Amino acid sequence: MESGFFDPIMVSIYIFLLSIFVGFEIITKIPPTLHTPLMSGANAISGITLVGSLVAASVGGTKISAILGFCAVIFATINVVGGFLVTDRMLSMFKKKK
Amino acid sequence: MVALLYLIAATLFILGLKGMTRVKTARFGNLTASSGMLLAIIATLIHIGKADYTLIVSGVVIGALIGTIAALKVEMTAMPEMVAIFNGFGGGASALVALSEIWFNIIENNSQLPAFKTTGTLWAATIILSILIGTVTFSGSVVAFLKLRGSIKGDPILLPGRHFINVALVLATILLGIYALFEVTVLTTLTTLALTISLTSLILGILLVIPIGGADMPVVISLLNSYSGLAAASTGFVLMNPILIISGALVGASGLILTQIMCKAMNRSLSNVLFGGFGAEVSEGVREYSNVKSFTPEEAALILESASKVIFVPGYGMAVAQAQHAVKELAELLESRGAKVLFAIHPVAGRMPGHMNVLLAEADVPYDKLIELDQANAEMVDTDVAIVVGANDVVNPAATKDSSSPIAGMPVIEVWNAATVMVIKRSLSPGFAGIKNELFEHDNTYMLFMDAKTALQEIIKELKS
Repeated sequence: MESGFFDPIMVSIYIFLLSIFVGFEIITKIPPTLHTPLMSGANAISGITLVGSLVAASVGGTKISAILGFCAVIFATINVVGGFLVTDRMLSMFKKKK
Repeated sequence: MVALLYLIAATLFILGLKGMTRVKTARFGNLTASSGMLLAIIATLIHIGKADYTLIVSGVVIGALIGTIAALKVEMTAMPEMVAIFNGFGGGASALVALSEIWFNIIENNSQLPAFKTTGTLWAATIILSILIGTVTFSGSVVAFLKLRGSIKGDPILLPGRHFINVALVLATILLGIYALFEVTVLTTLTTLALTISLTSLILGILLVIPIGGADMPVVISLLNSYSGLAAASTGFVLMNPILIISGALVGASGLILTQIMCKAMNRSLSNVLFGGFGAEVSEGVREYSNVKSFTPEEAALILESASKVIFVPGYGMAVAQAQHAVKELAELLESRGAKVLFAIHPVAGRMPGHMNVLLAEADVPYDKLIELDQANAEMVDTDVAIVVGANDVVNPAATKDSSSPIAGMPVIEVWNAATVMVIKRSLSPGFAGIKNELFEHDNTYMLFMDAKTALQEIIKELKS
């Protein structure tokens, strides 16, 4: 079947570029007060690489690829769990005048 | 099904980030983003289906334990190094996934060589980027972490010929990577080269961050944050997984914007921060001070007693002295006496973007009392007392008055426009820029040569008695 312009490689590059624009649009609106939580929150999102790590570790056994995947799972989980938790802890402290 | 769940997860990430643009909705935004992550994980597990889960489960348990303990135990003053090291783990994970891919698809599979014939050109090209960016993020973040903790000297460390070495390392990594995946037909050579480019990237990350010190840390942390996103995105290209591409791009963009804001706040270009070795070549200007007046806490309290408008200007010194609670106590005491109290926050005060805001939030200072640079300078004119707590370069008049100064043109908080300026600082030692601060000689400036916390506590005691 003719897929027209939807070449998978080009589509993924489209996705990448458009997401960068979305990121720029959203983040430029963030007030300086929230820069640190934003950073650690965004940081936790970059732990999305956990998705790739899980697949890599699912090979199982003692092959090198599986061991590398296992280490990646540990790293990425620290990033995700620690990142979201510490962001929440910080944000819970921001209060307005009572 | 999996693709649909990924789409929902990506939407939740974007909505979560959008929520974080306002203080009111920020916590919910973070929750939204984390539920997006949970969804992405569930989708991936569905995709994996039946498999050996031993490594997955044990990896997640170990990682979650470490992450939880670290997140709950960290002191707010240590937040910059915490963010730095989390960043490093993210980047490291991306690089490890890329390496695992090489082993799984090529080396353990005994595939047809050169590798790109088995896996495609895009795979081969982006996997080199994944390893390079991911590993640089990892080792660079570890160095930033050690510097921020004080385990290695925070000062810039300059190697001779470092620009040449860095360029050589980038080129070597990319060229060896291309050679390994597009030319090499012997499996052992491929293995050796994969390890070699990991090593060159590791060294590159160290060399890139080692020369950057102290007050330039906010730029470095923002940039490493951006790299961790880009590493995830390039791993997304390797795996052809849209959720990684989208999230990686979002984080990459956010890190870049923060980097840009930080550079602007110092009136320096990114390349100047990265390659300048600022503050390392100690500028040999006049650093002798004359006509410096100092206050005892009693004298400071006397002035504050009759002040009706006070602005605090916190800097890295407040974080070091853990003085944020004392600042808040003094602020409340002054307010109870009818004074208006504000906090002027310079964008690069501290060691990461928003550092001061988090510390003051921890001390329960309402965030609507924190004002930004422009407003601070407008408010300063009818202010009775400006109290500088452990800040130096960000209140240096040379930035506006002396065009030959290294910090010329950097936006600063013009505390000297207040009727009285009190500077709480241990000594007259220069700040990160290594230059003299004429503010300390102004007629209306009074120094309190003390530890910030002690000074504030003694002022509070005097005011109460």
